[in-house]
Amino acid sequence: MSKVIVITSGKGGVGKTTTTAAIGAALAKTGQKVVVIDFDVGLRNLDLVMGSERRVVFDFINVIQGEASLSQALIKDKRIETLSILAASQTRDKDALTEDGVKKIIDELKEKFDWIICDSPAGIERGAKMAMHFADEAIVITNPEVSSVRDSDRIIGILDSTTEKAQKGEKVIKHLLITRYATNRAAHGDMLNTDDILDILSIPLIGIIPESDEILRASNLGTPVTLSAPDSAPSRAYTDAIKRLQGEKIEITIPTDKKGFFDWLLKRNR
Amino acid sequence: MVNNSLRSLPPLQIRGRSFLALVLSPKAPLSNWLFSLDAQIKRSSQFFFGKPVILNLELLTGHEDGLEQLYNDLFARNIQIISIEGLPATSSILKSWPKNFILTGGRDIDNIDPPIDSLPKNHPIPCYIIDEPIRSGQTIFFPEGDVIITNSVASGAEINAGGSIHVYGALRGRAIAGISGQSKARIFANQMEAELLAINGYYMASEEIPERLYTKPAQVLLKENVIHVMPLLKTK
Repeated sequence: MSKVIVITSGKGGVGKTTTTAAIGAALAKTGQKVVVIDFDVGLRNLDLVMGSERRVVFDFINVIQGEASLSQALIKDKRIETLSILAASQTRDKDALTEDGVKKIIDELKEKFDWIICDSPAGIERGAKMAMHFADEAIVITNPEVSSVRDSDRIIGILDSTTEKAQKGEKVIKHLLITRYATNRAAHGDMLNTDDILDILSIPLIGIIPESDEILRASNLGTPVTLSAPDSAPSRAYTDAIKRLQGEKIEITIPTDKKGFFDWLLKRNR
Repeated sequence: MVNNSLRSLPPLQIRGRSFLALVLSPKAPLSNWLFSLDAQIKRSSQFFFGKPVILNLELLTGHEDGLEQLYNDLFARNIQIISIEGLPATSSILKSWPKNFILTGGRDIDNIDPPIDSLPKNHPIPCYIIDEPIRSGQTIFFPEGDVIITNSVASGAEINAGGSIHVYGALRGRAIAGISGQSKARIFANQMEAELLAINGYYMASEEIPERLYTKPAQVLLKENVIHVMPLLKTK
């Protein structure tokens, strides 16, 4: 039984696309068949973060409008065989996302993949609503910061009211993923703490991803962080998160990169 | 020239229309009559509301005690007198009354029995109970009665209730109580962090909430048209 997951947040720049790539790659590495879909029509990014930007011929909108078949538009990842990406169109806008068109594609993808991961655009307009519309589960991305938390709260409200599941009287399963968590700032109390975030959003936590240079490096390389630096702190956090997504019970910890004296010395001499 | 301007003027519309007016006939002694009137208003509060009233003075001589004051007495009871009929011959005392048009003629319709207000029944006030958290951007609108939320209300959410609002989690959004004109409505919150508090149109912004009550259990009530936030404690 395949699962449709939406990665959403309301606010921009909190790490939706990075998370989509990292979680997609981590799931695919376990042998599961995964497709990641970019819903940010007009501002496509996922292809860059996945490193497949030079192989996009047909996109999501081409398939919706019947100009290409789904198999023509799906791009297979070169590193992991079970991972595919469906890119967004850069030249159209979000009005091209029709409910019937999206439903048809998602139904078709369900036959081919175990996990369909929808990367939502920021905001609460058509793109974001279409990305979540057919979701079974949602991963709500939040930074430890008040505006991000309020926007996530709004998104949870929309998940509970406008999605296909909500209209049928069912509930989209929701998970909270806190990203860009700066351990040193948390220690100084400069950041909204995890308990406060959970108190406001009151949905279960699926992971805390520490802020890391590895993430920036991975994005620039066009490789999901879970592939480029699988032993780094954020990769370990993402790997734990996908285990929880698959139903494993793992205690939530905030992984850190061990920095010994030699690391410091090496870094200085680099 | 005259012809031209006449031609450009719009035609006048003149129509006849009949309205039902109530005719009140005061009796002496006037103080007793006013007492009966008050009793009637109490039984059917809306009966005279917005209806034209003609005062018939046929039963009076024009020398009664309190006649000079009668017009003001009726005006104070929101009775709109559009005209007077049956003026007594010696009517010097009415000179202080507004110059109303004196009506003659008219056709009697049956005596009108004012309806009696139904007594307030002992039925429960409707209330709306919500167990889910109220998310940012959500609005709850329940003008019929109280809203009870057993969870938290997020910043950017809004609760509108005809009656009181009870929040058993944190109240971080806007709470607007008594929207159906109830100044006795209150707002209760287990954790008071509201963005806006309002009761029956009077409001208080978040920054005016006393610091010592912020994030604490509190209740909000309206006293002499001023919003008060108080600790939620057992009162004697």
